[in-house]
Order: sequence, then C-alpha cells, then structure tokens
Amino acid sequence: MRRAWGQAWLFILPAFVFLLAFTHIPVVQTLIDSFWSTAKGRRPARFVGLENYAHMMADPIFAKAMINSAIYGAITIPASVGLSLVMALFVHRRFRGVGLMRVAFFTPTVLPLIAVANIWLFFYAPGFGLIAQLRDLVGLAPVNLVGQPATALYAVAAVTVWKEAGFFMIFYLAALQTIPEPLREAAAIEGCRPWTFFRRVTWPLIMPTTLFVSVNAVIGAFRLVDHVYVMTRGGPDNASQLLLYYIYEVGFRFWDTAYASALTMVLVAILTVVGIGQFFAADRKVHYK
Amino acid sequence: MTLRQHFLATAALFALATPAFAIDLEFYFPVAVGGKAAETVQALTDNYMKAHPDVKISAIYTGSYVDTTAKAITAARGGNPPELIIAGAADMFAFIDEELVVAFDDLVSEADKAAWLGGFFPAFMANSQADGKTWGIPFQRSTPVLYWNKDAFKAAGLDPEKGPANWAEMVEMGKKLTVKDAGGAVKQYGVQIPSSGFPSWLWSGIVAGAGGKMANAAGNETYFNSPEAIAALEAIVALSKTDGVMAPGILEWGSTPKAFFEGQAAMIWTTTGNLTNVRTNAPFPFGVGFLPGLKQNGAPTGGGNFYLMKGNNEAELKAAVDFVKWATSPEQAANWTIATGYVAPRADVWETPVMKDYVAGFPQAAVARDQLQYAIAELTVFEGPKVTQIINSALEAAITGQKSPKEALDAAQADADAILKAYR
Repeated sequence: MRRAWGQAWLFILPAFVFLLAFTHIPVVQTLIDSFWSTAKGRRPARFVGLENYAHMMADPIFAKAMINSAIYGAITIPASVGLSLVMALFVHRRFRGVGLMRVAFFTPTVLPLIAVANIWLFFYAPGFGLIAQLRDLVGLAPVNLVGQPATALYAVAAVTVWKEAGFFMIFYLAALQTIPEPLREAAAIEGCRPWTFFRRVTWPLIMPTTLFVSVNAVIGAFRLVDHVYVMTRGGPDNASQLLLYYIYEVGFRFWDTAYASALTMVLVAILTVVGIGQFFAADRKVHYK
Repeated sequence: MTLRQHFLATAALFALATPAFAIDLEFYFPVAVGGKAAETVQALTDNYMKAHPDVKISAIYTGSYVDTTAKAITAARGGNPPELIIAGAADMFAFIDEELVVAFDDLVSEADKAAWLGGFFPAFMANSQADGKTWGIPFQRSTPVLYWNKDAFKAAGLDPEKGPANWAEMVEMGKKLTVKDAGGAVKQYGVQIPSSGFPSWLWSGIVAGAGGKMANAAGNETYFNSPEAIAALEAIVALSKTDGVMAPGILEWGSTPKAFFEGQAAMIWTTTGNLTNVRTNAPFPFGVGFLPGLKQNGAPTGGGNFYLMKGNNEAELKAAVDFVKWATSPEQAANWTIATGYVAPRADVWETPVMKDYVAGFPQAAVARDQLQYAIAELTVFEGPKVTQIINSALEAAITGQKSPKEALDAAQADADAILKAYR
C-alpha cells in the first residue's frame, strides 16, 4: 500500500513541480509583493501593509476597469457560447459545402488575436471601413465605433465573440457527434418535435461540454486583452479599460509592480471564486456517463 | 588525469582555439516603423565589427519602445543589464529615477564633449540632457509633419504647391476641402489629426505652436492647464465640433495614412517615419509642410536615444560609447536616415554628399530638419508613462466630448501634480 502511494507521488511529481514553480509559488510571491512598496533606484521596497489595496479602493480607473470587465464578461460569455452552439447545430448535418462552412466558422480561431484585431480595426475604420461602407449603402451616417466612449467596449467585445465562438463550436460539434443515432430515430417515431428533442435529449447530453466551454469562456473573458492593446489601449478615456490590461499598464508601463501585484491578487481571487463556483454549481446539473 | 581535469583541459583548449573577443557588448534596440530598420541596425553593427575585430556586438531586437524599456529594466533587475540600448527619449527620467543609466559625459574626452555632444540639434538634446549631464544620444528620432494631397487641393481651387502656413489657414482650407455628397454625408474631410493611443504627442505640437510648453527641464512640473495648452485642445476639439473639417471621435494612427491614400482626408498630421510609406503608396502627388501653428511654428520631437546601462565595467561602456560615436558619425547616420526616414540628428550629417543628393531628389525629406528649430521636447518627466497616460486620457475625454477642454486639463494637471510632488 505504501509503495503504491510512493509510486503515485512519483507519477505526479513532474506535473506537480511545474505547477508549483510556474503557478503556485508566483501567486504566493505576488501576494507577498502586494504588501510592499515598489522598489525604485535609491529607495528599496518597504512593508506598507494594505496601502496598495487602500489605493485601489480610491482608484477611479480600477473601478472603471472592474465595471467594464463585468459588462465585457456579461456580453462575451453568453454570446460566444450561444453562438458556438447555434453554429455547431447548423453544421452538424450533411449538406453540400458543409466542410467549407465548418472551416469558415473555425478560421477566426486559427488566426492570432493580434492579426484579428488589426483586421477588425479596418472593419471599424470610419469612412472606408467595411462597416462604414455597409452603413453608407443603406444611407446611415458614419460612426467611429472604436473611437467613441459609448461604443468602444462593445466594439472590442464583438471581436472576442467572433474569435471565441469558432473554437467552442468544435467542442460542441464533437459532443453532438457522440449523441447516439437511435435516440433520434426513436424520437422521430414518437413524433417528437425538433425543439423538444433538443431540450430533452441533446441539451442534457452535451451539458458536460457546456460546462467545459463556459469555464473556458469565463477564463477567456479575463484573459484575452491582446486586441485591447491593438485596438483601443483601454481608451478613449478608459472606456474599454479591462482589469488585465490595466494590470499590464500598471506593471509594465508605469513600473508600479507593487500596485500591479495587488491588482493581480484581485484577478486571481475573482477567477478562483468563479472557477470553483462554476464546478460546484454546475456539477449537479451535469450528467457524465 | 581525472575526468574533471580532463574536462577542464579540453575547455581550455577550446578557449584558446576560438579567437577571443576582448569585449562583448549586448545592444537592445526597438523597431517602431516598418521592417527595414531592423536590417539596417544589423548591417550597422556588422560593419562596425568588421572594422573593429576586437569588439563583438550582439544586436538584439526587443520589440516596441515599451517592450524594450521593459526588457532592459527586467534585465537590470536580474543583474545582467545590456551595455547599450535604444529606448524612448521620453523615458530619460524613468531611467535616471531607477538608477539604471550612466551619463555619457564621464566616458568621453573633453574634446569630444564639445565636438561630438555639442553637434546634435538642440531640439533633440532637450530631452537627452538633465542636471547638466547627457543621458541619451539622439539616433532614432522623428517629428510630425503635415502631408497634403495636391490633387485634392487643385479640385478645391487651392494652390497645390502651398500647404497651410498657420492654424487659421488650415481650417479655412479644410472647409474648402471637405466634400459632402447629396445626402450630406462627408466624402472627404479637410484634415485628420490622429488621436488614438498617444494623442499627447501631436497635441504638444499644437501647444508649442501656441507658444506653450509641456513641462519644465527638471521634469518635475507639467503645464497641462496653461492658457496655451487649453487653447491647443480647444482648437482640436473645434475641428470636428464647430469647424466640421475633421471626423469626430478618436482617429486611429495606423489607418491615417490609408485614409489619406483613399481620399478620406485631404491633409494629415503624422510622423516623418511615414515619409517612405506615403512616397511609395500615395496614388497622387503630395506636399509636406510644417505643422501649422496657432501663433507660430511648433512641433514635438519623438523617437529613441542611445542609453548606457549601469552595472557594466568601464571598458565595456567605453567600447559602447565608441560604437555610438561611430553610428552617429555623418557617413553612418546618413545611410540610416535614407534607409529609415528618421531625422538625421546632427547638422554635419546633412552636409555629406549622400545626404545632399537625397534631399535634392526628395526635398520633402528636409522639411522635418528645418522644422526642428521650432520643436520642443515631447512630454519628458519623472514617472513619464503614468503622467503621459493621465494627459492622454484627459485629451481623449475632451476630444470625445465627455469633458470640456479646461475641465479635462485642470483635472489632469491636478493628477500630475500629485505624482510629481515627490520629485520637487
């Protein structure tokens, strides 16, 4: 028995070491750093207790970033998951050109986010961009979607949905393929309507995938900021400022690493709570085979 | 002979067999425009090493200006700083504050102090020197200019050979150049002043044109809500709000040249770094002129300087200085300017035959140089990135109509004061 334990530890050791070195120790170190001031040339770091956190509470840009992150998550998570399911149902059939369709839906996922952001910048470009030209066709006035505070955040969120939906579609498509054909035939014989079949059979059976995809969508909502860097840099006037982008700015542009550590702890706390909550809450509704 | 001795002996043999470089230098450089700059830097170091076989320089491309500063600071904190970097001139006080750089003065002879350090354009030295010392050597430097579409000028009944001489003229011409279709939608705007990301750069040009300044030379006080600064911001806001000659909202830097090529904007403000781009891609003849000012000519400088990093021994730093001197010598700097479009930082570079030929064939290239006498330093203060972000957000708030120019700038000045107080 003891030997079995020893072997088990040996097996997980490599993964454990890497996880410890690159995830857990840095998190603990960041937590410690967040209680110290930033070292500057002639002034070494000193212990400041909760000062960084107090500063955070009084920081209007932090408040703005939190509100924006909440809105951004509330849009991109359901929209990308919903859209991916619709796309998967659409191409989970046999018709001419289905392969091409699947490729088209999946392409955004393959492109690097930086490239995607640059493509969208030209979609949004006032005057000659794709959206400006479409609006011009139907006689609408041109708008500068990324250049005005009222729409900048939504313009950025749209890119995330476009980018993420294709990726999630692949998981849904795989899940749909595993639903046994006899179920469909039986339902057809019983005279079950497609919507009832989806609600009663398909949806419960793909629930594990939905859990997986939505966990990924939540992580993505906090993690994907490359396009913010390219498209708006958090502007205009912090209108599209997101928490992670703000951490980058504070840490690597302002070089206030102590405050960035405190901000990072907030992000870690949010992701931990959301991640654990999602697994516990959703687990009850998920049927694994 | 034990295994260990054997190993050591072999290692010693190898060390003798390979030609020993007396000095190894690491050199970080950013590329902010196009891809050609990277090749040119590589060629520059290769040529230097050919002439100086005792020095080995590893030129390391480190991304954008921000990335380069980040990598240099990280390397220094890790105890392994490169000897030489090119980084933003505006980062000078950040480097001084972090005690990361060494001044050039102590490493050059008295004769060089006068002849070499004294030979750079004063506009570029404004944010290369502080506390009576030279911290940066101008190299990859630029300044914004106005480009105009000669065909559009002709179509509007304007003299295609003459750009606007001042702000009022730009607005007046802009009105003639703004073309609307039957439905009232604008087909072509008179002017485009890009404002995404770092609106403070071009704004500081307008502030200079109003007779104002961004900050004091000590880098611990900003003048964001001076009358000149407020007038400058009011002038930008008016362009789209009341004059109707510029598209509303934040305008993208990256797509500004494209808007020019597509005929969406008849005049644009952008960096001289785009000169080669416009020259190759504009489907119409174009003119290049000084930034039109509210009261006088004015422009900011921008771009990067050479810095020497602390934590290296004197022999290495002297070797690095020698390379910098060579790279900024007339012949080398002329090649650099022609290949990249950056403004040659010394008057003697413009006197070389290569440069004279270049300017004769492409007179627009000299506009940036001639404008330098009116230029001020871009915002260069302690806690530079943070203070710059404050003013950028304030400008964005005013340009998008969230706040009035005075309101936005008063708040920005208060925020900047709170940060810079510690440095007075």
